[in-house]
Amino acid sequence: MKYRSVFDIIGPVMVGPSSSHTAGAARIGLMAGKLFGRTPKLAHITFYGSFADTYRGHGTDVAIVGGIMGFDTFDLRIPQALDIAKERGIEVVFETSDALTDHPNTARVRLEDKDGTFEIVGISIGGGTIEITELNGFPLKLSGGGPALVVLHHDRFGAIAAVTGILARHELNIGHMEVSRHEKGKQALMAIEIDDHLSKDVLAEIERLPQIERVAIFGE
Amino acid sequence: MFKSVEELVRTATERGIPISEVMIEQEVHVRRSTREDVVGMMERNLEVMEEAVARALEGVTSVTGLTGNDAVLMTDYIRSGKSLAGDLILDAVAKAIGTNEVNAAMGRICATPTAGSAGVVPGTLFAVKDRLEMDRDAMVRYLFTSGAFGFVVANNASISGAAGGCQAEVGSATGMAAAAIVEAAGGTPEQSATAFAIALKNMLGLVCDPVAGLVEVPCVKRNAMGGANAIVAADMALAGITSRIPCDEVISAMHEIGQMMPTALKETARGGLANTPTARRLERNIFGEKENVKK
Repeated sequence: MKYRSVFDIIGPVMVGPSSSHTAGAARIGLMAGKLFGRTPKLAHITFYGSFADTYRGHGTDVAIVGGIMGFDTFDLRIPQALDIAKERGIEVVFETSDALTDHPNTARVRLEDKDGTFEIVGISIGGGTIEITELNGFPLKLSGGGPALVVLHHDRFGAIAAVTGILARHELNIGHMEVSRHEKGKQALMAIEIDDHLSKDVLAEIERLPQIERVAIFGE
Repeated sequence: MFKSVEELVRTATERGIPISEVMIEQEVHVRRSTREDVVGMMERNLEVMEEAVARALEGVTSVTGLTGNDAVLMTDYIRSGKSLAGDLILDAVAKAIGTNEVNAAMGRICATPTAGSAGVVPGTLFAVKDRLEMDRDAMVRYLFTSGAFGFVVANNASISGAAGGCQAEVGSATGMAAAAIVEAAGGTPEQSATAFAIALKNMLGLVCDPVAGLVEVPCVKRNAMGGANAIVAADMALAGITSRIPCDEVISAMHEIGQMMPTALKETARGGLANTPTARRLERNIFGEKENVKK
């Protein structure tokens, strides 16, 4: 079941004109911005499929940039997001691609500053609901069956045990879990689907672990 | 979680509760939240819908100037007393148009189920509420009933124009509104399903061909027709008319048609109304020579 809540259907409250192309894009941007964790110098955005064909008319460009700056779907500053980004010193580059993607509404967002690069691929499946399919080159396969914790960390011994230990201590059950890495000892990713609501305290506790780079929650 | 309309209707009928209640209970369970919280969230969505209509009736124009002020024109026309279709239907039309005009102007709306189709559910609700003597609770229930049907469509077919054409957006919204009107009017869960089936059947095949890739033409007027269609479908179901094709099969048919539909007619602005000479001229006027489309 891709949609779990009635508020995915009656909602979101948003700035028009398109839930998939504006609200969904804002949410993809929000997720990218949250995971990058700071104001980027460069936001390089690639649109595929219907996004590539209609992004200007649907406000996909302003929405995704607004999202990167932390604007939610209903933020009335979204129409002015490109100007605001300029004021904040963010260079924005848009690119369209003919490459075939699994979903017609696909966007790739790369955020950069002198300290690093971060990239996600998001799809907007309709009505403002999104899925993240790739994160820093790691393919993500979340069932959408519940909230998921995504943790970018250093590939060191004990990192996975430390995170799952915290979940266990808070009596949070893991429904599904994937771990992946590009190279031994480099960056790695944990995607953990949990059965219950995850409080901000638990999230903060995981964030404080020494091996952890970044943590985010999907599907809540 | 219910997966089909059949299951939704059976649950409501067996337990003797309205469809809105089935949806509320499921949401409380999914969120691990309280009934008050869930109902309160929906009340806030209702307030957003009311604000959008109020704004539209003061007159709103989109940035491109392609749409706007038609809700005002329709409201004035209703007041003139010369209308043919009947005040209630045209009131729904005016408010559906109005909501979508605010959407086109990048104003704040509540997606129902999408932004492009955001006019149909609130437009019909605000039109029937006085006639059906609906209090605040009944208005919130209307949104839960709409949501329950949209939930089945979203999980079994699609509510995205890019994936399924306009039938997935305004078509779904029309069915959702029809089902909710029936419940508000005191019809049975079965009659809600019938109204949904009749409404969606009449939207099958509807392509998504937005002029210049904007959510304006023909989206705004399609919301108007969705509103009118929903009220007629609801009246048909309440009259005892049934649908030969069951609701879930209509949803499957919609999904199948969406899969077969060429990409040019699914929110890419490559075909249909978007590819008419006038549409291409409007597009050049708005975006300059660099058209908002890849050949």
